[in-house]
Amino acid sequence: MTESPTQSKSLLTPFNLVAGLILAVGAYVAFLRFSSGLAGIGAVGDSAQSQPWGMLISFNLMCGVPLSAGGFVMGTAVYIFGMKQYRLVVRPAVLVGMIGYFFAVVALLMDVGRPWRLPYPMVVQYGVTSVLFLVAWHVALYLSTQFVEFSPAVFEWLNWKRWRKVAVAVAVGAVIFGVILSTLHQSALGALFLITPTKVHPLWYSPFIGLFFFVSAIAAGICMVILESALAHRYFREKVEMTTEHLDQITIGLGKAASIALAVYFAIKVIGIAHGNTWHYLASPIGHWFLLELLGFSLLPCVLFAAGVRERRPRLIRWAAGLTVLGIILNRLNVSIITFNLNLPAEQRFQFHWKEVWLSLAVVMAAVLTYRWAVNRMPVHHKHPLYKTVH
Amino acid sequence: METTKTLFDFMTYTKGVTYLLAVLFMVGFTFFWLFLVDRDKK
Repeated sequence: MTESPTQSKSLLTPFNLVAGLILAVGAYVAFLRFSSGLAGIGAVGDSAQSQPWGMLISFNLMCGVPLSAGGFVMGTAVYIFGMKQYRLVVRPAVLVGMIGYFFAVVALLMDVGRPWRLPYPMVVQYGVTSVLFLVAWHVALYLSTQFVEFSPAVFEWLNWKRWRKVAVAVAVGAVIFGVILSTLHQSALGALFLITPTKVHPLWYSPFIGLFFFVSAIAAGICMVILESALAHRYFREKVEMTTEHLDQITIGLGKAASIALAVYFAIKVIGIAHGNTWHYLASPIGHWFLLELLGFSLLPCVLFAAGVRERRPRLIRWAAGLTVLGIILNRLNVSIITFNLNLPAEQRFQFHWKEVWLSLAVVMAAVLTYRWAVNRMPVHHKHPLYKTVH
Repeated sequence: METTKTLFDFMTYTKGVTYLLAVLFMVGFTFFWLFLVDRDKK
């Protein structure tokens, strides 16, 4: 196991103290959630029959999964389309994807409860008529696939040469399998809403909602890779091998891909409005909210990406990536919370409860700390000295 | 839209607008692509 110089640093940093506070209160809320018997998630949140999904599903899972799409997007680019210039960002992208999916599952368990029933869709009661059957199988398989994809880094860290050889041999197959799974379950998360045409607002509901979720997940994945590589370059400087010039080149290339993905997303969203003939809703207050999401968080970043690529301005591309990530979060919250059952009286609609928001925040913080732990120890942003030539 | 009375009218109208928009976007993408890669060629 490679010792890291960062391990000898003091643990009492401002970030660690804030993280510790968030996790400690989060652990207490999680205890309340699991010790409340049949009250379940209702003990810490505001989920009800009219609003079954709260923050843990709508934010941690619905937003966490598309923001973890970087692994499959970069895997497709490098291993299937042969874009070898992005090879250095594949491993970080897979790590972010794996951690994102893992903690999305943790949030799901917090919300659903009864973790011992997790294997039910696989072995006990399939429920093949539900989209959730597909989501359950795909998330389980894809999380396992991502472990396989990332395992060479783990085996390099542990110095298990024989296991690393096996993992590298199956990695490309795992990437291809992962691409198939991702394509289907990213869209399946949108397809979950196909059974709620009277609950999701007509501006967000469409028979093509699965396609919307899939295309926006591609943009989200690319943007997360842009942001993650920039943040790692800044905060894990001693662990990152890539030069600033190389990072800028990669950022510009990814910016071009993100602008195309967002242009496609914008086009299909407008086509969705035309298909449902919901133009008249655009003149209402909720229509303005929709336009803010569509123009401010997908068309504007698309234009910023294009300008950044054309003018060779990586900083502008990073700002556009941040805007896109916010847009994806806003879109998923709009579909599953903000405009869901909008016709109901205010008191029957979802109210944010501090305990659930805190639990949600604690899950995100646990993901961030896991990422930091892995990057500080494993060869994620740099090549392991023993495998310099074969990384 | 006010003139649509049947589902057939509605489908014909929305499909028509959808196809027109799809063609417009495809033409627009060509220019968008040229705008993106213009500097690469130079």
